[in-house]
Amino acid sequence: MGLEAYIKGNGFLTTQVNAIIAWARKSSVWPMPMGISCCAIEMMAVGDPKYDIARFGSEVMRFTPRQCDLMIVAGTVTYKMAPVVRKIFDQMPEPKWVIAMGACTSSGGMYRSYSVVQGIDQFLPVDIYLAGCPPRPDNLLHALMKIQEKIGKTKASQFHNVPLKEEGIKLPELNVIQKN
Amino acid sequence: MDLKTLIPQKLKEKFPAVEFEITVYKDELTFKFDKKFVVEVCAFLKSDPELEFRSCTDITAIDWATRKNRFTMVYNIFSMKHNFRLRLKADVDEADCKVDSVSSVWRAANWQERETYDMYGIKFNNHPDLRRMYMPEEFEYHPLRKDFPLMGIPGSLPLPKK
Repeated sequence: MGLEAYIKGNGFLTTQVNAIIAWARKSSVWPMPMGISCCAIEMMAVGDPKYDIARFGSEVMRFTPRQCDLMIVAGTVTYKMAPVVRKIFDQMPEPKWVIAMGACTSSGGMYRSYSVVQGIDQFLPVDIYLAGCPPRPDNLLHALMKIQEKIGKTKASQFHNVPLKEEGIKLPELNVIQKN
Repeated sequence: MDLKTLIPQKLKEKFPAVEFEITVYKDELTFKFDKKFVVEVCAFLKSDPELEFRSCTDITAIDWATRKNRFTMVYNIFSMKHNFRLRLKADVDEADCKVDSVSSVWRAANWQERETYDMYGIKFNNHPDLRRMYMPEEFEYHPLRKDFPLMGIPGSLPLPKK
């Protein structure tokens, strides 16, 4: 059926650590649904059987930031909401990515007003800006695929925004099985 | 008797000292009077068994910017008994930017008055909990005033650091 059908005998695969970590990460991007306004409805539609985000391994919408890799900011972010969004983002473990879903989130959109943040990139590091008001569900899937592409290209050592050496944190050494 | 004649008649009988300016526009009745009598008049309109304006639909204000009395308070009230809407107005000067709270009459007025305070800076005497409704509490300005710029005042609303 799956991969195991092709592995005969003892079943060994050879690959690089970078490649397999990136493959594992990009195939199970768990989103944090930061649904603030109407874009969230389209985000919910992505989860339904018609569009089915499970095809991309992202069906696990966690409502706790502790278990998420990807924040989908779906909706108008006001100045009053901005500290909340930032706090939830800070609670997510590294590595993490951000999709700015829709016109409001990317640029303030039609709300050119004193109360709305004119683009969340003023306080968050955004990876993908997603056009549309609201974007169609397939458009969000496209953004997710772009994020997967980005994760696939990233080396394991580059996954942290802040280099670990500067923070003085030691990474545990990997136990590599030696060939005899 | 028709309510449009009954209400002015009752109000004049009950409050001989108050001057009511009555206007009818598009079949809608409006009373304008001094802001000192707001609570008394509202309490009467609510409690009178023939009127029963029990529902406070909306409280807001108007900023006229250049007029002598800068603000006008607007109360939209509704009588379930007669399916009848009534509008009350009272002028507020900027120098004395205070009105008595009607939250003792209608509990719904509590949040409406907080919103009006947030957006226009009109203070309400005897209000149980006069805090801002929408804007952050440390915000210094009142956004729906005509002299407030559309895009706000730069730096008045803090953002988290990137």
